[in-house]
Amino acid sequence: MTPATSGLDPPDIEVILPRALTAEADGQRRLRVSCDRAVTVRHLLAEIATRYPLLGRRLLDETGQLRRFVNLYVDGEDVRRSSGLETPIGLGQQVQIIQSVAGG
Amino acid sequence: MDESAHTRTEPGTFLLAIGTKKGLWLATSVDRRNWSLSDPHFLMNEIPSIGIDTRGGRTRILVGVRSEHWGPTVAHSDDLGQTWIEPEQGAIRFGADDGAALSRVWQIQPDSVGQPDVVWAGCEPISVWKSTDGGEHFELNRGLWEHPHRPDWGAGYGGAAAHSIAVSAEDPDTVHVAMSTGGVYRSTDGGSTWQPRNTGISAYFLPDPSPEFGQCVHKIARDAGTSGRLYAQNHHGVYRTDDNGDTWMSIADGLPSDFGFVMLAHPRRGGTAWVIPLKADGERIPPDGDLAVHRSDDAGETWTRLDKGLPHGEYNAVLRDAAAVDTAEPVGVYFGTRGGEVYASDDEGAAFTEIASHLPDVLCVRVAVLP
Repeated sequence: MTPATSGLDPPDIEVILPRALTAEADGQRRLRVSCDRAVTVRHLLAEIATRYPLLGRRLLDETGQLRRFVNLYVDGEDVRRSSGLETPIGLGQQVQIIQSVAGG
Repeated sequence: MDESAHTRTEPGTFLLAIGTKKGLWLATSVDRRNWSLSDPHFLMNEIPSIGIDTRGGRTRILVGVRSEHWGPTVAHSDDLGQTWIEPEQGAIRFGADDGAALSRVWQIQPDSVGQPDVVWAGCEPISVWKSTDGGEHFELNRGLWEHPHRPDWGAGYGGAAAHSIAVSAEDPDTVHVAMSTGGVYRSTDGGSTWQPRNTGISAYFLPDPSPEFGQCVHKIARDAGTSGRLYAQNHHGVYRTDDNGDTWMSIADGLPSDFGFVMLAHPRRGGTAWVIPLKADGERIPPDGDLAVHRSDDAGETWTRLDKGLPHGEYNAVLRDAAAVDTAEPVGVYFGTRGGEVYASDDEGAAFTEIASHLPDVLCVRVAVLP
């Protein structure tokens, strides 16, 4: 699995970041992760964290859990309503990361 | 107050860092009366802890930053906030085997001049960390993390945290840590082992009001001019120890209330300390809505009310780290309220001036004189 920044071929997984985190990904809003097989959300985030450590820390805490107010959708489905970090991501699917409406 | 003005950098300038619920502001002054306030840094991020390290002739500002969404981190600036550096892997980070995640950095405390690269941090969950590279990377203190009392430590209303770290300039191996709730712990071997030191401090909220540990200490401060003396503001109770924490005695007589969060000590002169009382646990406002600082010059035997320049009808609390003293002569006293007002005194509290207002809740205030 290799994060790429250009060239969206069908097998790639596209990751859309919230605007607030683009600085942690060299200014990019969309990341493309090349895969040769289906992966889980955990694998995808580990790959992203390897390439962009600051981005990884914003999404996951040290225990590997998705931060409480970070929501992650695979083709529009909230992974917390599925299998959490073990939710599979098929080739060509889109992952969207959105922060919760939280705070005051 | 000259808002949004540039941050002054001349030697001798006073730098006041104001950490709030929604960002960091830097104020500078050459006379401690006229202040320039920066634009916000880390806007919409909580800044619960600040350390200004001027040892070695360099000014490094360290801040604990916490986003509701993206979690906690530590950043530092060596150019008075023009640029901020955040270590990619995180300055404070639990290991994979620790089974914990950093929640908030409550305290950033540079060690004494004799330990120039040592910086301590106190965190939630209850943990103490030590950096030997000026605060760029911290190591978890295993002695406290693996302490057998840990399962019995509790959480205060604000969370379970090590919130105070008092280092000793005369003995680098002696460190006091205060945690809510757990009480005061002391190490005399540089942090390898820790012993509870709470004898004489009440835990009225427990079935046994005099336990070995479990007290809800809010803040401790070391008396720089008297060996072995520290002060403690507790969850009801104001105390002093003259034997490095072996025994504590009440010094609350003469105060309008024994509740509050702030405890400050003079940077040089023994016996001088400041508190900012709140009415009670169940009524966390200045007594009668009259904001006042109280200073003792005899180690808590007597207290003097100081309210010149402070408002009447103030119903906001002052939090444990939202107060600080500088090192000038006479000493300056600074504090901020949860209502976003910041006050400064250039005469040890005899009179205060409002130097910022309408900020978000003030969580932390630190001050330094630029070298």
